[in-house]
Amino acid sequence: MNVATIKRMKDLPSTHLLGGGTAMCAGCGGLGVLHQIYDVLGTKTVFVNAAGCMTLLSTYPFTPFRGSWLYTAMACAPAGAQGVRDALDILIRKGRMPPEEDLSAVVLTGDGAAYGMGLSATSGAIERGLDFLYVCYDNEGYGNTGQQFSGATPHGALTATSMGARGYPGYKKDLFSIWAAHKPAYIATVIGAEPLDLARKIEKAKKLKGPRLVLALAPCPTGWLYDPKETVEIGRLAVKTGIWPLKEYVDGKVVHTHVPHPRLPVEEYLKTQGRFAHLFKPARNAELLSEMQARVDAYWANVS
Amino acid sequence: MTRQLLTGNGAAAWGVRLADVDYVPVFPITPQTEIIETLANWADRGELDTRVVMLESEHSMLTAAGAASVTGVRVFTATSSQGLLYAMEMLYNVAGWRAPLVMVNVSRGLSAPITLESDHNDIVAARDSGFLQIFCATAQEVLDSVLIAYRLAEDKRVRLPVIVNLDGFTLSFTREPVEIPIAEAVRAFLPPFQAENIEFRASKPISQAVAVLGGSPYSYFRYEMHLAAQEALAVYDEIADEFAARFGRAHPAVEGYRANDAELLFLMTGAFATKAMDAVDRLRAAGTGIGLVRPRLMRPYPAEALRRWLCGKKAVAVIDQNISMGKGGVLHTEVCEALYGQPNAPLLASFIGGLGGRDIPAEEFYAIAEVLRAAVMAGRAPPPRLLYTETELREMRKLQAIAHVERRELGNAP
Repeated sequence: MNVATIKRMKDLPSTHLLGGGTAMCAGCGGLGVLHQIYDVLGTKTVFVNAAGCMTLLSTYPFTPFRGSWLYTAMACAPAGAQGVRDALDILIRKGRMPPEEDLSAVVLTGDGAAYGMGLSATSGAIERGLDFLYVCYDNEGYGNTGQQFSGATPHGALTATSMGARGYPGYKKDLFSIWAAHKPAYIATVIGAEPLDLARKIEKAKKLKGPRLVLALAPCPTGWLYDPKETVEIGRLAVKTGIWPLKEYVDGKVVHTHVPHPRLPVEEYLKTQGRFAHLFKPARNAELLSEMQARVDAYWANVS
Repeated sequence: MTRQLLTGNGAAAWGVRLADVDYVPVFPITPQTEIIETLANWADRGELDTRVVMLESEHSMLTAAGAASVTGVRVFTATSSQGLLYAMEMLYNVAGWRAPLVMVNVSRGLSAPITLESDHNDIVAARDSGFLQIFCATAQEVLDSVLIAYRLAEDKRVRLPVIVNLDGFTLSFTREPVEIPIAEAVRAFLPPFQAENIEFRASKPISQAVAVLGGSPYSYFRYEMHLAAQEALAVYDEIADEFAARFGRAHPAVEGYRANDAELLFLMTGAFATKAMDAVDRLRAAGTGIGLVRPRLMRPYPAEALRRWLCGKKAVAVIDQNISMGKGGVLHTEVCEALYGQPNAPLLASFIGGLGGRDIPAEEFYAIAEVLRAAVMAGRAPPPRLLYTETELREMRKLQAIAHVERRELGNAP
């Protein structure tokens, strides 16, 4: 494939490489994204995984991957990718493995590892210029353990550890900017509900060398408390309300690949999910809702 | 073969150089740094065809080491103390991956209180990780053990990672004459790494280190590791015999010094055992029938070899340079287990000493021998002892007095 391959929806692969029958929940936004990413990346890959929901994809003796997989631990998937990448380079350089046997190292983690415990290993890998793709499925909480809040949880969201009337008191960490501060080769935000945008970005990332991040917002029926059939619609609303900006970082510049216009009120997104139900019932929390709207407005006010 | 003055750390680096290692992920920690600096300099100067990569922590260092090992290259790494503990999660992991890498641990006491000096609590903490463990007493042994460790780790019947342990400062920074074998002889002993089927290749997709559901598959894989580690006992003897035949230096799983005809024994691991050897010579000269037994291998645990050395003796002093809070010496506990139920087991006495760089001077070995003699006379084992002298306690009281005066002067007196 070259950069121009994917132009329209009909250019997207019609069959999936990733097998079915996994242990992921019905309507898992992360799994939807992984399907789409794997279709473009292909099987000449080693997925280096950190502890999270996706760890259960490869459960002895089954795996949905046609390529390779290595589970590490929660904090250190980028270091695992470092070891794999370095070893493959050594084998090729020393003539012990033909170059056509080479593989791409792909880190696959949730937001718990990407925004928190794994940040040190991630920062180190970027600083060393490691040639790897980091895929983060961000379901905005420690989903695999029952959706406790993480560094990726949005302000006000109810989680298993923020059950109060105002929900999570913190603010979602800006992982995109943290990565950008490291000046990596590429960063993109994606969402499964926008498959064309996603496929183009993965295709671009695939062609680049160096540290690359694909950060996917992953609607999570069990953690966000909604009916699994709504995953795609909630994803669309995340984009249309401007809550989840679709953007890229290339050559030191941030470019928005989609500017929602007109932007829907954030309420349209929030009201679809049980984790924000306390903003509407028993009484409408107008103050918090307008605070949330103001933050999204402020973000887009800075987008030229 | 050349003979050079090398530190314990220098000997470790030479072992790695001779072992034709492909990949060395590192992170610095005192007293291990000389090893990684030496390797990095050799690699920079092109004397070593090895990629040395600085990770941002020991946890990542060991992850990269394990990942490279299961991708199919020969890997070395080194750490110490807090670094070993920081990497501990990955020790258990990479052992479970059956990554046949070798790691040198330069033993250092654990925080708190934070110290740079040596004891064995760090390596003891890694006891149940699945890494096999070899304890060294001399710089020569460090070099030789690195070579033996690769053979052991990579043996098909074993395929487990190995830690080669040396004592911080006392061995890591002490220069000793070391015979450096010629590269061809080492290559004949240690052929290039064969990854077998454990590697990542585009044409051969593989899932490694996958999750299991339920206790049955989990138990299966854990038992497999245990059985492989047990198998490593016989494999070790085989390899050590071959090493002795090729290089003329014997490194048995358990070493005895003037132990055959001894009635009493010191039993300890690591560099301080050389102090015990000196004490044995002096006590022998004074008419005490004492010897030394030094396990080199701690995992797999050479229980049978220990029984051969210990049974029939009158009393054995186990000197632990570690302390299990609320229990005592870990080595003592393990030796008890090997001797349990043996009809001719010796009396066993427990001593803890040499913590955090504290010396065990000759006089203390003499005192320990005296305790053993008294135990034999009394016919029962003495209570465990924590080695500490009155002079030390007096010095400690002085430090406390200074601390109290300073605190009063600053107006923070309790």
